[in-house]
Amino acid sequence: MKHQRWFTTLALLGVLSLVAAACASDDDGGGGGGDGGVDCATVEFGCVEVSADEPITLGSLLSISGDTASLGTDSNHGIELAIDDLDDTLDGTPGQLLDHDVELQQEDDLCSAEGGQAGGTALANDPKIAAVIGTSCSSSALGVADKLLSDKGILLFSPSNTGPSLTAEDQHQPFYARTAHNDKIQGAIVAEFVFNELGLDTAATINDESPYAAGLAEAFRTNFEAAGGTITAVEQIDSGDQDFSALLRSIAEGNPGALYFPDFNPACALITKQAADIMPDAALLGSDGCLATEFFGTAGDAADGVYASSPDVTVFQGGDFYKNEFLPAYSEQFGTAPTSVFHAHAFDATNIVFDAIEAVAIQNDDGSLSIPRQALRDAVFDTSGYQGITGTITCTPTGDCATDVTIGIFQAPGWPVEGGDPNASAVYSDTKSLADVS
Amino acid sequence: MADREGGVARVADVRMSRFERLPWRRIILLILSIGLITLTIIGSVATLSKPPGEGGYSGATWAGFVVDGISQGAIYALIAIGYTLVYGILRMINFAHGEVMMTGAFAGFFFAAAYAESGFLNRHPITAMLIVTLAALIVSMIVAVLLERIAYRPLRNAPRLVPLITAIGASLFIQNAFRGFFGPQARGFPRPDILIGNVELFGLEIPKVRILVVVVGLVCMVLLQGFVARTRTGRSMRAVAQDREIASLMGIDVNRVIMITFAVGGILAGIAAVLFATTFEQVRFDMGFKVGIAAFTAAVLGGIGSIGGAVLGGFLLGLLQAIGPALILSGFGIPSPFALKDAFTFLVLVLVLVYRPGGLLGTGEQEKV
Repeated sequence: MKHQRWFTTLALLGVLSLVAAACASDDDGGGGGGDGGVDCATVEFGCVEVSADEPITLGSLLSISGDTASLGTDSNHGIELAIDDLDDTLDGTPGQLLDHDVELQQEDDLCSAEGGQAGGTALANDPKIAAVIGTSCSSSALGVADKLLSDKGILLFSPSNTGPSLTAEDQHQPFYARTAHNDKIQGAIVAEFVFNELGLDTAATINDESPYAAGLAEAFRTNFEAAGGTITAVEQIDSGDQDFSALLRSIAEGNPGALYFPDFNPACALITKQAADIMPDAALLGSDGCLATEFFGTAGDAADGVYASSPDVTVFQGGDFYKNEFLPAYSEQFGTAPTSVFHAHAFDATNIVFDAIEAVAIQNDDGSLSIPRQALRDAVFDTSGYQGITGTITCTPTGDCATDVTIGIFQAPGWPVEGGDPNASAVYSDTKSLADVS
Repeated sequence: MADREGGVARVADVRMSRFERLPWRRIILLILSIGLITLTIIGSVATLSKPPGEGGYSGATWAGFVVDGISQGAIYALIAIGYTLVYGILRMINFAHGEVMMTGAFAGFFFAAAYAESGFLNRHPITAMLIVTLAALIVSMIVAVLLERIAYRPLRNAPRLVPLITAIGASLFIQNAFRGFFGPQARGFPRPDILIGNVELFGLEIPKVRILVVVVGLVCMVLLQGFVARTRTGRSMRAVAQDREIASLMGIDVNRVIMITFAVGGILAGIAAVLFATTFEQVRFDMGFKVGIAAFTAAVLGGIGSIGGAVLGGFLLGLLQAIGPALILSGFGIPSPFALKDAFTFLVLVLVLVYRPGGLLGTGEQEKV
């Protein structure tokens, strides 16, 4: 008797599930038929399904705690402004995309490979994530988050990774792209500034062995030597160290005219301070990882005169929009001037993703959306001649979307961030295209 | 059952001592020593024979290394004394001692930042720095005493691993509490103008702040030595360190002595905190961790439990970190030798412990942590 009752229940369940499956496939068929024949059931990596009353979810994987918090928080602000701007006004009320709200799920990249692993895993396993804006630090992406998300067919679009290896032919992951410049360009322009503008022909570099710092120091070395300069020392540090005096004394032996340390804070600020005592005559240069609000708190008076390279925010295209609408909205909504220089890149990246979603999403009859992942990725990579606030954006097959970049050299206290002078202009500025430096 | 276990232990003892008497163990040690000494000499000679600027260093640079090392060593020594005092009396490692120092640094920072804001720091730098130091040492002392009262005293008769775990727990708690209260960012610690720049001494340009650190450090060590050797309280501290039970039978209030020990360690850590923050001009919630580990290493190097050992170990460690990588490693053409300074110092620690398990000035008794 008992067996029979079990059997009946099972049979009933089986029939029910068959009916349910039939209904479900009806829905899919209706949606898929609507747009160029994309069938979410068979297409590689499938689709992100957004039901009628759900928001579209974007992920962000940025450094929002610890020493580099200002870098990621600043980029998150750029994303939030892009969501705000969906209704074409920066008024603090978020707009809608294809009649859906847009929600941002923030993860922390901790500016390390460990953070990229943890945050990347969380986002890769969330089926609701349409695309991810991130990471802040190249070390979080390289071989970690870029791989994890590419394996699931989720686009990882970085506003501030500049490490050359991320888009190198042999290391590039298929779903990784960035609106930040490639450090091959930044390194070349800094080398040019030191050699031609400052007229120095010797330099030493210090990097913390992260893909970002090591890549930039290497790009600088290549270009500086090609110009005819001499590198007197290439040193590595542990980014957690506080005492760099012995290292600086040993570098001072080579008597370099310039000291280039493309690191993050606080190491960057500490090197600045200690170098002021030990090698007071050398020109000190940091980079866009250094150029953040924290630098001024730690470096104090020693900050004055230190150079840092960064995207030249003063020549951003659509300068009127950036100056008259974007920056005022930023200050009003977040109560501070930008704390780093990549908010505009995050804004552009988010808008490109929005355009791509609009282009490829399948609007089903019941108001739900299906966003095919592969098509979304292809639409982003096909971006060409897009007018963003950072300039004209055209993506290469290896994911470099900033192909013509203007790098400015700013001299403290005239750094364009909170704590410096948000309206500062660059002491030197040059534009290079990626094709020229590769 | 008990008998049988005892028997097994005895057999193991006999085996151990036989093993230790085996000549090849000594031969390996000898070869190891000769090899290391040769490597050290080759490395040093190679470094010294290189001309300055091409891998070698000039006399002024060597002097700079030494000054940095001594000054860093003074800070290590002050903190190491805190480890060693507590160990001497309770036979436990107070792993939260680095955090005690960090709390002092924050207390000093709030005063120093306010004084820098109002201009008081540069108008009356000596008074201002004294108040800053006072604030730091009072807070460090209170934290150290509370730590003992809350985290260690209830466990005084527990197995020895237990207070070790609470020490680590307390360390994490204090660190994260400060992170929660004051944020994860590094804060710039203002340095009064009179301490900025160099002075010329014996024909060398020496940063003023380094000299201050060494002078203050030495004064504190002399005062401490006087306190332990000459005062009544110091005598009871030594008595408790020798034998806690007998001391208590002799009418010494052991709890009071232990509290005073923690207080003294805290005061020295507070002073060290201000010296450290003035040198590196920053405070942050995890600053105590690395310095704490280094100071603990210094205490072990010198012989834990011995005050002289902590001072010797501190200065030695500071000098090793400043000179060692440059002198020995760069001779072999190793790139970025200074990034290896921690690896280098721990190697030295291991070597010292191989030959002198009790540390340089230790009593030779072996303790398992």
